[in-house]
Amino acid sequence: MTSVRFEKAMRMYAGTTSPAVNALDLEIGDGELLVLVGPSGSGKSTALRMLAGLEPLDGGAIYIGDKDVSTTRPRDRDIAMVFQNYALYPNLTVAENMGFALKQAGVPKEERIKQVQEAARVLDLEPYLDRKPKNLSGGQRQRVAMGRAIVRRPAVFLMDEPLSNLDAKLRVQTRTELAELQSRLAVTTVYVTHDQVEAMTMGDRVAVLKDGFLQQCDAPGVLYHEPANIFVAGFIGSPAMNLVSVGSERPLHLGTSAIGFDPAGEAALSGLVGAVSVGFRPEALQIGDGPLRARIRTVEDLGSEVFVHLALEHGGESLALVSKMPVPFSGHPGDDVGVQINGTVHLFDADGLRAGSSNARLLS
Amino acid sequence: MTKERAVGEKRWVNGVFGLMAWILGALFFFPVAWMVLSSFKTEQEAATSPKITFTPTLDRYREVTKSTRGLLSFGQAFSNSALIVVSSTIIVLLLAIPAAYALAIRPVPKWRDVLFFFISTKFLPLVASILPLWILAKQFHLLNTRLVLVILYTGMNLPLAVWMLRSFFSEVPRELIEAAEIDGASLRGQLTSIILPMAAPGIAATALLCVIFAWNEYFFAVQLNPVSGATVPIWVTTTISTRGNFLAKLSAASVLASIPVVLAGWIAQKRMIRGLAMGAIK
Repeated sequence: MTSVRFEKAMRMYAGTTSPAVNALDLEIGDGELLVLVGPSGSGKSTALRMLAGLEPLDGGAIYIGDKDVSTTRPRDRDIAMVFQNYALYPNLTVAENMGFALKQAGVPKEERIKQVQEAARVLDLEPYLDRKPKNLSGGQRQRVAMGRAIVRRPAVFLMDEPLSNLDAKLRVQTRTELAELQSRLAVTTVYVTHDQVEAMTMGDRVAVLKDGFLQQCDAPGVLYHEPANIFVAGFIGSPAMNLVSVGSERPLHLGTSAIGFDPAGEAALSGLVGAVSVGFRPEALQIGDGPLRARIRTVEDLGSEVFVHLALEHGGESLALVSKMPVPFSGHPGDDVGVQINGTVHLFDADGLRAGSSNARLLS
Repeated sequence: MTKERAVGEKRWVNGVFGLMAWILGALFFFPVAWMVLSSFKTEQEAATSPKITFTPTLDRYREVTKSTRGLLSFGQAFSNSALIVVSSTIIVLLLAIPAAYALAIRPVPKWRDVLFFFISTKFLPLVASILPLWILAKQFHLLNTRLVLVILYTGMNLPLAVWMLRSFFSEVPRELIEAAEIDGASLRGQLTSIILPMAAPGIAATALLCVIFAWNEYFFAVQLNPVSGATVPIWVTTTISTRGNFLAKLSAASVLASIPVVLAGWIAQKRMIRGLAMGAIK
C-alpha cells in the first residue's frame, strides 16, 4: 500500500523570483495513475523531480506511504523513473540496463536474470536482450526504459513525458499499453505530460498546474465538464473551449444576442459582480438556424467530425470561435451563417474562477 | 540552375581547402621525415648534401644504443622516463577524475573560480619557478631523484587534466546520472558503471596528453635530475658532441625518443574514434 502526498511542497530555483512549484498539496492514492499536466514552465516536471529526490525542497514535505522522504536520497525512496529521453545506459546491453537496479541492490545473478527475462517477456523485448540501446528503435528503447522501471517492482513509478519522443501513431498505441500495464501492476504512478489528450486518456485523475500553482485535480470528466477556473477550461479539451469576455452588463450578450440561462445559471449570475466571462465547448456551438450571424474562416474536416472556425462581431471586435459539427457539413470559408448555443455555458467571475454552469441559448 | 552552380562552387572551395591542408600537413611532416631519413645515413651524408637516395644503415642506431660504463645508457634513460611518466600520469588521473567530477557533475560553489585557479597555475613561466623549486628539492633531498620529476610532472599536468576531464564529464547526459542515482547506484557505482565507461575516450585522450607532455619535458629534468635519474630527452642531448659530426646520431636518438609517444598516440587515437562512434542516448 503506497500513497504519495505533497504537503505545501515548494521549490524555488536560484536566481528566480517566484517558485517553480508553489505550496503544492496533492495526494495520490495507492495504485492510482495521476497525471501532472500543464504548459511549459508550469512546474510539473519540477514536482516530479522533487518526488524523485532529484530536486531539493525549499519548503513543505513529501510523503511516500507514511514516510517523510523530503530529505531522503533518491536511491532510498523505492521509486523508478522513466525519463523523456529514456536515459538508457549506452555502454550496457538491454539486459544489463534492465537489471542495473537489481545489481546495485545486490540481487544474486540467477535471480536477476530471471526477473529481467520476465519483464522482457511482458514487454516483448526477449529478442533484444543482448543488444545495445543504439541498435534499437525509438519504440524499443521506450520499452526498455519501462522494463528497467518494472523490473525493480518499486513502490512508485515516475514518468516524465515518456512518450514524447515517439511518432504519433506509436504514441497512441504505447499510451494504451502503458495504461494497461500500469493497471495490471497496480503500482502508484505519477505521470507528467504537456499533452492534454494523453492526460485525459491515461489518468485516473489529472492535476493541472500553471506557474507553479495547482489549478485543479480531478477525474478527466470532471475537468472537462466542471473546470475550476478559466485556465483549466481553456487548457483541457481540443479544440479549446470558446472563452468570451462579456463585460458586466446584464443580460449578458454574445455579439448582438442576449444569452438566456436556465434558473441555475441565473442564480449563479445574480451572485456575480463585475466583469464576467463565459465559456462553451465547440460542440455546444451549433451552425444553422440561429439568431447570431458569423462568418466561416476555415473548415477542418477530420472525417468523423468537422471543426469550423468562425469570426463574429463582439463588442466592436472580431471574435474567433470554434464549432464542432457532425459530418456531412456543407459550409465553406467566407459563408455567412447563423449560430446558436446548444449546451452548457460556464460562467467565470472577474478572477477567472468558475461561478456556475447551466444550459443556455442565444436569444434573438 | 543556381543550386547546381552553388554546389559546383562549394566543390571548388573544398578543393582549395583540401590542397591547403595537404600543403600544411607536408610542411609539418617534412622535418620529421628529414630526421628519420638522416638517422639512416652516415654522419658524412647527413652533414653534407641533402640527398634523398642513399644506402640506409642502422649503424647510427647501434652507436647510440651502445652502453658505455659511466655514461647514461639508452636503456637506463628509457626505464627512468617510463617509470616517471607512467607514475605521474596515474597520479594525475587519480586526482583529476574526482576533481573533474566535482566540477562537472556536482558543481561546487564558485566552480568557475576553481577552474580558473587551476589554469592560472600555468601562467607562471617555468623559468621563474625553477629557483624556489630547486631550493625545495634540495631541502627535501629530492635533487637527482626520479621522485622529484614524478611530483613536478603531476603538478604540471594536473590543471590540464582537470580541464579536459571536466569537459568530457560534462558531456555525460545528466539524466543518465540521475537514472543511476534512482536505480540505487552509489557514487562509486555511478562512476564505475556509467560515468567512467562513457568518458573513457576522454580519459584516454587526457592520459595520452599527460604522457606526451611528461615524456617530452626537458627543462625540469635537466635542472633537477640530470644525472642518476635522467630521462630520455637528456639522453638525446648526450649524443651531441663537441668534436665531429653528430647530426645522424642525434636523429637516430630523436627517432628512438619519439617512438613511444607516436605509438601511444596511435593506440589512443583508435580508442578515441571508437569511443566517439559509440553514439548518443537518443
